[in-house]
Amino acid sequence: MALVLAPELPLGDWLAALDAQIERSPSFFDGRPVVVDLTGVPREQPDVAAFLQLLEERGIHIIGTEGAHPSWEGIEAWGRPLPGGKPARPIEVPEEPKAAAAPAPASQAEAASPAQQDGADAEPNALVIDHSIRSGQSVVFERGDVTVLGSVASGAEVMAGGSVHIYGTLRGRAIAGLAGNSAARIFCRRLQAELVAIDGVYQTADDMPDSVIGKPVQAWLDGEQMKIAALD
Amino acid sequence: MAKVLVVTSGKGGVGKTTSTAALGAALAQSGENVVVVDFDVGLRNLDLVMGAERRVVFDLINVVQGDAKLSQALIRDKRIDNLSLLPASQTRDKDALTIEGVDKVVGELREKFDWVICDSPAGIERGALLAMRHADMAVVVTNPEVSSVRDSDRIIGMLDSKTLRAEKGDRVDKHLLLTRYDPMRAARNEMLKTEDVLEILSIPLLGIIPESEEVLRASNLGAPVTLNNPISAPARAYFDAAKRLRGEKVEVVVPLERKGLIGRLFGRRVA
Repeated sequence: MALVLAPELPLGDWLAALDAQIERSPSFFDGRPVVVDLTGVPREQPDVAAFLQLLEERGIHIIGTEGAHPSWEGIEAWGRPLPGGKPARPIEVPEEPKAAAAPAPASQAEAASPAQQDGADAEPNALVIDHSIRSGQSVVFERGDVTVLGSVASGAEVMAGGSVHIYGTLRGRAIAGLAGNSAARIFCRRLQAELVAIDGVYQTADDMPDSVIGKPVQAWLDGEQMKIAALD
Repeated sequence: MAKVLVVTSGKGGVGKTTSTAALGAALAQSGENVVVVDFDVGLRNLDLVMGAERRVVFDLINVVQGDAKLSQALIRDKRIDNLSLLPASQTRDKDALTIEGVDKVVGELREKFDWVICDSPAGIERGALLAMRHADMAVVVTNPEVSSVRDSDRIIGMLDSKTLRAEKGDRVDKHLLLTRYDPMRAARNEMLKTEDVLEILSIPLLGIIPESEEVLRASNLGAPVTLNNPISAPARAYFDAAKRLRGEKVEVVVPLERKGLIGRLFGRRVA
């Protein structure tokens, strides 16, 4: 499983957004292989290798690039370009957690409330949010569990290093086991989710069996397979 | 004390401007001193719906930039004395709005009026953020369909995080106005149910405005529906909503289809 980072122009702004993300979640990239998708970078962009160097300096472990132009100097040093560019991506990285990759360039992820910044004064291993998460809001807490005493709206997402507990309806995305914790689980009182993911293994609404939709459920990993079962 | 109310939605075309005009006129008719402010710089419409398009000399941008005094830009309604309009500029864009300028204008409006109703542009960008910045209350205009509901949810999140009140740890008082509610389609279960919308958005319901040709007719005549045809179904729903905004307790009526003899004879319209 690898994260995909897709830099966008202007690169300076994108880096600033990335820095903001890293500041919010300092260990987000720890020990995670990253593929850099360069299809958004135009061919005439100078010094792509130097740009990748900047990523490396931020502790991002690059295992390969995608969509790189062969004319770029020194690009081979960053791992063999994965063949085929875009269309190859899902094949090359089948377990790619799209949702987990999304927040990296997420300059638009706006603060839901002060509670979501996993501030140092919060309890160390749990984050409790006592309201609903609205569409467009993103809660990232990688040190442990996230509990939401409300619903997670369509177009909202909750990401936790540990388990995710939703006491209302889960209509958006829940991502548990962010930093590679396959024992993490997702619980919700009513499942209407767009996507659930644990440690990079994900299921979209289309994949979920009808028998669990609208029910109180839990989701967990059985090996590489995600299981979702009703709680009652 | 003056109240600043933002009429917002995220999605376009759901009825923000119509609702701003209708609620403004309804509040004014109950004796309140009301100004409606068009924040849709570059795509102004409120002047048309208020029937004041030929009286615009100065606009919000002129005042924000200090080129005109507020009193020069305010247009008093010809039908109701205590209803005024502050139009947007059609030739500029939202970048012409500055935080300081908006702060100053809203501050001055608060001193002159009981209600400052800000008509937000669609979207979640600068224009919409500045329109909601000073809000004490918000009317979230939503159609009973999924895309509108999700956009409204997004806007509610922004009301809870991007307004001055939110920054101070306070809350904006939010109300849901369900518009373009079609009783016929509701009867056929073709729209999202009101309960479902309320459950998803979980803010109190201010009113349900039925889809009606009266609304369109009034807009084309340049009159808020609450002035043009006060006894029509949408106008009555807006009057009730205005009463609730003033804190009165009025039961919410779900619009039902009322068929007369002709309606019963020709009721089976091909949809």
